[in-house]
Amino acid sequence: MADVVVTSLERPVPPATSQAAPARAPRPGGLAAWARRGGPSTLLIALPMILCFGLFSWFPIARAVVMSVQYTNLVAAPEFVGLENFTYVLSDPLLPVAVRNTLYFAVLALLFGYPVPLLAAVAMSEVRRARGLFAALAYLPVVVPPVVAVLLWKTFYSGADTGVFNTIAGWVGAGPFPWLQDPDWAMPSLVLEATWAAAGGTVIIYLAALTGVPPELYDAAEVDGAGIWRKIWHVTLPQLRPVLFITLILQIIGTSQVFTEPYLFTGGGPANSTTTILLMIYNYAFGGRGDYGAATALSLLLAVVLAILSAIYFRTTKRWSTT
Amino acid sequence: MKSRTTAPLAVLALTAGLTAGLTACSAGEEPLSLAEADALDEQEVTLTVAIDEGLADEAVAAFETRAAEFTEEHPNITVEAQEYTWTGTTFAADLAGGTLPTVFTVPFTDGRGLIEREQIADISALTAELPYADQFNETVAQAGQAADGSQWAIPVAAYGQGIHYNRALFAEAGLDPDDPPATWDEVREAAAAISEKTGETGFGMMTSSNTGGWILTSLAYAMGGRGETNDGKQDIATIDTPEYHDALSYLHDLRWEDDSMGDEFLYDWGTSHADFGAGKIGMLISGGGDYGNLITQNAMNPDDYGVTVLPLEGDDAAALGGGTLAAVDAKASPAEQAAAVQWIDFYYLGKLTTQAGAVADAEAAAAQDQPVGAPVLPVFDKATYDQTQEWIADLINVPLEQFAPYSDGIYDQPLAPEPPSATQDLYATLDPVVQAVLTDEDADIDALLADAEQQVQTLIDRG
Repeated sequence: MADVVVTSLERPVPPATSQAAPARAPRPGGLAAWARRGGPSTLLIALPMILCFGLFSWFPIARAVVMSVQYTNLVAAPEFVGLENFTYVLSDPLLPVAVRNTLYFAVLALLFGYPVPLLAAVAMSEVRRARGLFAALAYLPVVVPPVVAVLLWKTFYSGADTGVFNTIAGWVGAGPFPWLQDPDWAMPSLVLEATWAAAGGTVIIYLAALTGVPPELYDAAEVDGAGIWRKIWHVTLPQLRPVLFITLILQIIGTSQVFTEPYLFTGGGPANSTTTILLMIYNYAFGGRGDYGAATALSLLLAVVLAILSAIYFRTTKRWSTT
Repeated sequence: MKSRTTAPLAVLALTAGLTAGLTACSAGEEPLSLAEADALDEQEVTLTVAIDEGLADEAVAAFETRAAEFTEEHPNITVEAQEYTWTGTTFAADLAGGTLPTVFTVPFTDGRGLIEREQIADISALTAELPYADQFNETVAQAGQAADGSQWAIPVAAYGQGIHYNRALFAEAGLDPDDPPATWDEVREAAAAISEKTGETGFGMMTSSNTGGWILTSLAYAMGGRGETNDGKQDIATIDTPEYHDALSYLHDLRWEDDSMGDEFLYDWGTSHADFGAGKIGMLISGGGDYGNLITQNAMNPDDYGVTVLPLEGDDAAALGGGTLAAVDAKASPAEQAAAVQWIDFYYLGKLTTQAGAVADAEAAAAQDQPVGAPVLPVFDKATYDQTQEWIADLINVPLEQFAPYSDGIYDQPLAPEPPSATQDLYATLDPVVQAVLTDEDADIDALLADAEQQVQTLIDRG
């Protein structure tokens, strides 16, 4: 450990305020120099992490890249097929449907799932007593295992008059509604449960971020005569901007990979109205055919699209971000 | 800068090594020769075998009794039971992940594909040695044969599609449980009556996990259609046909004109059988051999159970046939393969071929109050089947008279095998078609069938 500390002290540290690091002088190369600078001990410390990531993250990614150009069932010897899997996947008539459904889910999830936790966190931060209790209650759905939550909601969503939600709707003279049994209703029903299930985690993040907002800013705003909405608009939101950006990009990536809800609630139905890209990937691989080539090809395409989206997003919003 | 590149290089090397290692592990074994099999007879083997998921304690006890008898006969083989029930959406994952038991069962639907892709062990040399190897019903045996006729998987059960019905709901709706519907019009009338008089689902329809296509195809077969034909060179999807159109129109009328199909349009096999067992469904099309599942896994009251044949209407109408194959893990060692065939011979086929096996199996089941003697289709010939029923006549505890509408008719019905190519893909493609018709009153049946046919043909061509 001492070596590591010494090494880090020897390294030139760029000034914290400087945007462009000064050009570094070339270091004497070779394994000996690397060893002298504490390379082996650094590698030793990092080795467990490298092994875990290598085995469980990088190896599957590398394997997926290889499989995307193969025809393989993981039992017989694989056969190289070039880009055939990609052309097959791109010409699948279900792909546009799955893309549309995934975007629909993402948009609905953003409309409901993005502002709700923010409003809840802001409201909680205004509460002086029992904030912890409210935070715990908000977080409770996150503690419920996703499969249990979905199966529970599936019971609630029963299309019969006697279903839980339809009974409640009946009290106000509405319904019964075909929550999962109608192509127009199914996706919003999925989003409702997903929002309920995930909002708690985001609320906690926002609450933590809100504690970092300097109170004097609110005091100054109050002195200037700002009401609650003006304080939220001019103080809270700008101060939360970095966290908001991060949660937004995580939400976009997360909703693009939605799988649990459509798989467990509807299996992609009725009539493919909830078939998402990830469910399609799953069905290629595990829907009976065992077409792992097509599954990995579509996975890679999705990863590339998400990476590009993320890059574009970060680039276009860089000037707004304080990080 | 070298220190920054060393770690990534190490990771790359590690990844490459692991890739090579795992690829090497996936190489298949050579088929077992007979001489090798003989030499393996006495070798110590631990064999993992399938036992149905969710069985009642009594059924598990009956299984354990049989396993103990097997171990007594084969002291060198240790049998370990692993819960397993074939499910379309998880089977491929289990197969690829190597988490299946060494001996497992698959529906006829999957046999040909698994054999073509060499995803199960080639046990044909071992099966050829079985004393009854040449006595299988020819149509049934084909489900487990490779193109050259070698028997890679062993048929252990066969069925023809039937209509399961709830006698209590029939009676409540003013229908005669002993005289179930014999035409599709009568089925429709009975469904409407059940729905109206009892408030339960008159006609339940599976639509998910490939079952929608399976049941739609059963209907189309019963109306004279076929899912695929062969033009002499290759299999051709024949879905956009009058028979499939009629079948979908029939479902459309039950749903939208009669409102006799309830509120659930995303049933799969498990959920539909759970609701049927719970008395929430009046009629359900499924395999004729489902009685055991309904009683032991879904707690159905045996008094409420009834089953009849599908009405066959139109030229070349046939009941869709199916069944179960016992197969062996492709990665099983030669010794495990030899032990696996001995287990299949003892556990699955002994009760169908020998008096001792039939009686032992029936006694074990009867001792635990499990169903004994439910009528099924013969894996061998009708005479062999009748003989086994005779052997266990004193032990039969199922209400045979309630099976009469099925058992009196099924042996005279023409049975047709499932579409041979990309069978599960064909069914999976038709799932959303059925769902569309049941959830959208204005669904365009012609367009749905035309699109489905094109998609299935693409999948057949992809191989």
